[in-house]
Amino acid sequence: MSHKHLFSLVIALVAAFATPANAQKLFTRDGVVGFDATAANSLESIKAVNKSGTCVWDISSGAVEMAVLVKGFLFERALMQEHFNENYLESSSFPKATFKGKLDNTTAVNTDKDGTYKVNASGTMTMHGVTKPLTVPVIFTVKSGKVSAAVNFALALADYNVDVPSLVADKVSKTANINIAATLSPMK
Amino acid sequence: MKKIVSGFILFLLAASIWAQPGDDGSMLSLLDEQLSLDRTTNAFKSPRVINTHSMEMLAPGTMDFRILHRFGDVSRGAYELFGLDQASMRLGFDFGITPNFTAGFGRSTAKKEIDGFLKYRLLWQSKGRRNIPVSLIWVSGMTMNGLKDPVGIEGVSAKFTRRLGYYHELIIGRKFSERITLQVSPTLIHNNIVANRLIPNNLFAVGFGGRIKFTKRMAFVWDYTYAINRFPANLNYNPLSLGIDIETGGHVFQLHFSNAVGMNERAYITDENGNWLKGQVRFGFNLSRVFQIVKQKIN
Repeated sequence: MSHKHLFSLVIALVAAFATPANAQKLFTRDGVVGFDATAANSLESIKAVNKSGTCVWDISSGAVEMAVLVKGFLFERALMQEHFNENYLESSSFPKATFKGKLDNTTAVNTDKDGTYKVNASGTMTMHGVTKPLTVPVIFTVKSGKVSAAVNFALALADYNVDVPSLVADKVSKTANINIAATLSPMK
Repeated sequence: MKKIVSGFILFLLAASIWAQPGDDGSMLSLLDEQLSLDRTTNAFKSPRVINTHSMEMLAPGTMDFRILHRFGDVSRGAYELFGLDQASMRLGFDFGITPNFTAGFGRSTAKKEIDGFLKYRLLWQSKGRRNIPVSLIWVSGMTMNGLKDPVGIEGVSAKFTRRLGYYHELIIGRKFSERITLQVSPTLIHNNIVANRLIPNNLFAVGFGGRIKFTKRMAFVWDYTYAINRFPANLNYNPLSLGIDIETGGHVFQLHFSNAVGMNERAYITDENGNWLKGQVRFGFNLSRVFQIVKQKIN
């Protein structure tokens, strides 16, 4: 048997044995995470996007984890991005923001049936070195076998020791709106 | 050999497929996350340490408008308000063209000199997927003396080429921590014309610079240039500057004391500087304001 055949045979075997164990997990590596902390009357918009959020959802247990690299947030203005990293989120010391939790109702979402499912996820959010409990509403959409998730919530910056100097208080809001959009694929 | 390679690949594949949540129980470890490349940023607040170019580059699409002021010698005393009655300045515009390429120009009141430079980052300090311990940056610049009589020697006419000077430097820099950054920059300066034959046209020098950041928005900065073949060989004339960077959101203020007079590499290294030990030190400031000319696309 040539190397090539042996190779594909082993892969097939490995895949056959491995698949059942992870079949109920969905994941993404390119979740879009938007951040908006524009104050009500600000002329400048303080917002950014990160397109490489990672997420894993274990359907049977309801466990959800999400992570994003703080340095990966892109702003329209380079100076804002620099200040976001250096002065506010201190990304060199705290490179990641993570959420680790569980869906409140593990049976609420049927990934085999088209439809929209709303369910809360509760867990802990870690950002800027601070871990806090957090509950967020997740909207799952199942359409012809594709599962996507959308999350919208607000974080109070002070909760995570992110200091907004009074000098920029008319530009930077005290709360940041976070919106996440992710298309999940089965983990193989 | 092939067998070993394919065996190894199989092992990696199997390992990634069978991988179970790690000790911390994180499911994200199942993603077999490729290590990302973490590029070092904010080694300095500004693309200059004080006088010398720093290892920091401008972001693409930005323009840095720089206003530099140097006052007179502090040793002149109260009558001259410790030098504040005299001032010389340089106005400059630097442009971030790509993440690794910056170009700029400026004009100084001293010698009515125009200077321009190109700055390219050859290597970017990183960790993660690639581990690069230092940043390497190349700067080449040119200066043009704008005086009516640039040479100042009787019988030597003001030919265009006699107005010119050049400088080239390689910056080797490392941000050691959030607080500490250090850089070394071997430099060559060429003056097309010098005052007499004892003064070298090619001056070799080594620049040193660093910062100690002590709050999020303030840092102590210093730079010093050691000229190797200066004539007369007087160590005291080597430019030493000590200052404080203050970032106020849109602006960076660099307040400092220095014995240097000039505000481009040719001028502050080869022109005659004061002597720290005799109090021939000047107060000065650099004001930097960065404008975003081309916005980064975020959608």
